[in-house]
Amino acid sequence: MSTHTSRAKHRRSALRTLAFLSPWLIGFSVFFAYPLISTVYFSFMRYDGFRPPVWSGTKNWTYVFEHYPLFWPALRNTLWLVVVMVTLRVAFGLGVGLLITKIKTGTGVFRTLFYLPYLAPPVAATMAFAFLLNPGTGPVDSLLDRAGLPTPGWFNDPAWSKPALTLLALWGIGDLMVVFMAALLDVPKEQYEAAELDGAAPWQRFRYVTLPNISPIVMFAVVTGVIQTMQYYTQPLVAGKVASGVIQGAGTQFEPGYPDKSTLTLPQLVYNLGFQRFDYGSACVVALVLFALSMAFTALLMRRRGGLIQAGER
Amino acid sequence: MTRVLDRPLERTAPPSPAEHTARRRALLEWIALHSLGVAVALFFALPFVFVVLTSLMSDSQALSRDLIPHPWEWDNYHRVLDTPGFLTWWKNTLLYAGLGTALTVISSIPVAYALAKFRFRGRNLALMLVISMMMLPPQVIVIPMYLFWAKQLDLSGTLWPLLIPMAFGDAFSVFLLRQFLTTIPDEYLDAARVDGCGDLRTLLKVVLPMARPGIAAVALFQFFYAWNDYFGPQIYASENPGAWTLSYGLESFKGAHHTDWNLTMAATVLVMAPVILVFFFAQKAFVEGVTLTGVKG
Repeated sequence: MSTHTSRAKHRRSALRTLAFLSPWLIGFSVFFAYPLISTVYFSFMRYDGFRPPVWSGTKNWTYVFEHYPLFWPALRNTLWLVVVMVTLRVAFGLGVGLLITKIKTGTGVFRTLFYLPYLAPPVAATMAFAFLLNPGTGPVDSLLDRAGLPTPGWFNDPAWSKPALTLLALWGIGDLMVVFMAALLDVPKEQYEAAELDGAAPWQRFRYVTLPNISPIVMFAVVTGVIQTMQYYTQPLVAGKVASGVIQGAGTQFEPGYPDKSTLTLPQLVYNLGFQRFDYGSACVVALVLFALSMAFTALLMRRRGGLIQAGER
Repeated sequence: MTRVLDRPLERTAPPSPAEHTARRRALLEWIALHSLGVAVALFFALPFVFVVLTSLMSDSQALSRDLIPHPWEWDNYHRVLDTPGFLTWWKNTLLYAGLGTALTVISSIPVAYALAKFRFRGRNLALMLVISMMMLPPQVIVIPMYLFWAKQLDLSGTLWPLLIPMAFGDAFSVFLLRQFLTTIPDEYLDAARVDGCGDLRTLLKVVLPMARPGIAAVALFQFFYAWNDYFGPQIYASENPGAWTLSYGLESFKGAHHTDWNLTMAATVLVMAPVILVFFFAQKAFVEGVTLTGVKG
C-alpha cells in the first residue's frame, strides 16, 4: 500500500471519529469546559447580574472562607453525612444484599420490595418522610409514643434532622443492594466449600471468603457514596422547606439549612449565594470547592484500575 | 416452608440423631432468615402504606393519630387533579422526560459507539473526561449556565435550558452505552464491513439491534432523571409556574394546602406511581443498567 492512500485512509478514519463524537464534543465545550472556565473567572469578580462584573481579586474567596456564615456549617454537615450516612448505607446495603442472597422462598417479592423505595422520586420520598416523621402527630412518633418511647422532633430538631435524612437514605438502599447482590453471587462457590471443609464458622466464612472477594465493590460503594454526599441537595433542601412551613412561590425567601443550619450542604450554598443573595462571584467560589472535592474522589475511583470502574481497559 | 420440610427422604430408615439435629438447624435458620426478611420488608413497605392510607383520609383525620382512614375519602385524588396547575405540571414533566430521553438517546449512541469501537488517539482521555462530566455536580457550573440561558438567550421560565443540552450527548448515558457496546464482539462489525456496510449502516443495522437492552436501560435512567430532577426546574422554571414539573410543583403543594397532609400525600402518590409503574414494565432493563454502571464481577 502506498503512503498516499494510507494517509488518505488515516484522514478518513479521523474524520469519521470526529463525526461520531461531534455531539459530545459540542456538549463538552459548551456545557462543561466553557462554564468551568467561566466559573473560575467569576470567582474573582464582583457580579450581581445587573451591574457589569468588576475585578475583585480574592475578596470572594476570603468572604466565603472567613465571613459567609453558612460555609463551615455546610462543610461540617457534609463530613457528618460522609462518616455516618455513607457508612450506614454501605453496611445496610451489604446486609440487605446478603439477606437477599440467602433467602430462598419468595425471593422475587422480597427483592422487589427492597428495591422499590430507591425509585421513589427524591422530592416525593422526602415529602413522604416529612409526613411520616412529623413531630407529635406523624405515624412514626405515634407508634413510638404508644410504645412508651421518646418522640424526637426529626426534621424540626437540629439534633435529629440529619438522622432523619439518614433514615430516608437507608430507605432508598435499592441501588447498593443490587450492586452488592451481583458481587456476592460472583464469589466462587468452591471457596465457600473449601472453607466449610476446614470447619470455618459462618462469621469466619464471611470474614475470610466473602469480604476479600467483594472488597473492590465495597470501595466502589464508599467512594460513590462520598461523591453523592458532596452533591446532596434535593432531600435536605425539601426536608428543611417542608418542615419549616415556608410557602414556596414568588417573593418568598427560604434560608436553607432549617432547622438551625443543620441540613445545609455545599450545593445549597451555591443556590443561596447565587440566586438568593445575587452574589455570583462568591457562589462560584463555593462551586469550585465543590468541584475540587468531587474531582478528587472521582480520581480515586478511576485510579483503581480494573476494580472500581472499567475505564479504558479494552 | 415447603422447600425445607418436604424435601423427599432418600432413605427409608429413620434419620440418625445427627441428621435430625442438622435438619432442625436448617429449619431454625430458615425461620430466622425469613423473619429478618419480613422485618426488613416492613421497613421498606410501611412508608408506602402510611402514605397511601393518609392520602385517603379526611383533612382532620390526617392530623390525628389514626392509622386507618374512616371514611375512605377517594375524592382526595379528584381534588388534587383539580388543583390549578397540577395537570400542566404533568404535561411539562412528560415533555421534559419524554423529549429529553429521546434527545439523549439519539445524541449519545454515536458517541458511545465511537468510544467503544473506534481506535483513535485520545480515546482514553475522552473517556476520562466523560466520567468527569458524569461526576460533576450540576451546581458547579450553574452560575455561567444560568447567565448564558437567562441573560443571553432569554430562555428562563422555560424548560429549554434543560432540554437543549440533552441533544449533545449526556455523559452518564454515553458511559453506560459505551460499557454495553464494548461487550459486542468485533467479529460482527468486521462481518458487516466485509459485506460492504459503511460505519453508519453498521451502527444502524448491526449494532443498534444488538444494543437494544443497553438503549432501554439508558432511556429508563434518563426518563427517571428528568422525572425526578428538582434542581434544574428550580433554577430555570421557578419564576413561571406554567413551566413547573411535578417534582418541583409537588413541594409547593404542601405550602398551598397548609397542613392538609391528606391532599399532599395524594399528590405524592400521583408523583411516585408512574415511576413505579414504568419500573414494573421494564424491570429487567433497569436492573441490567444498575449492574452495568461501573461494577465488574
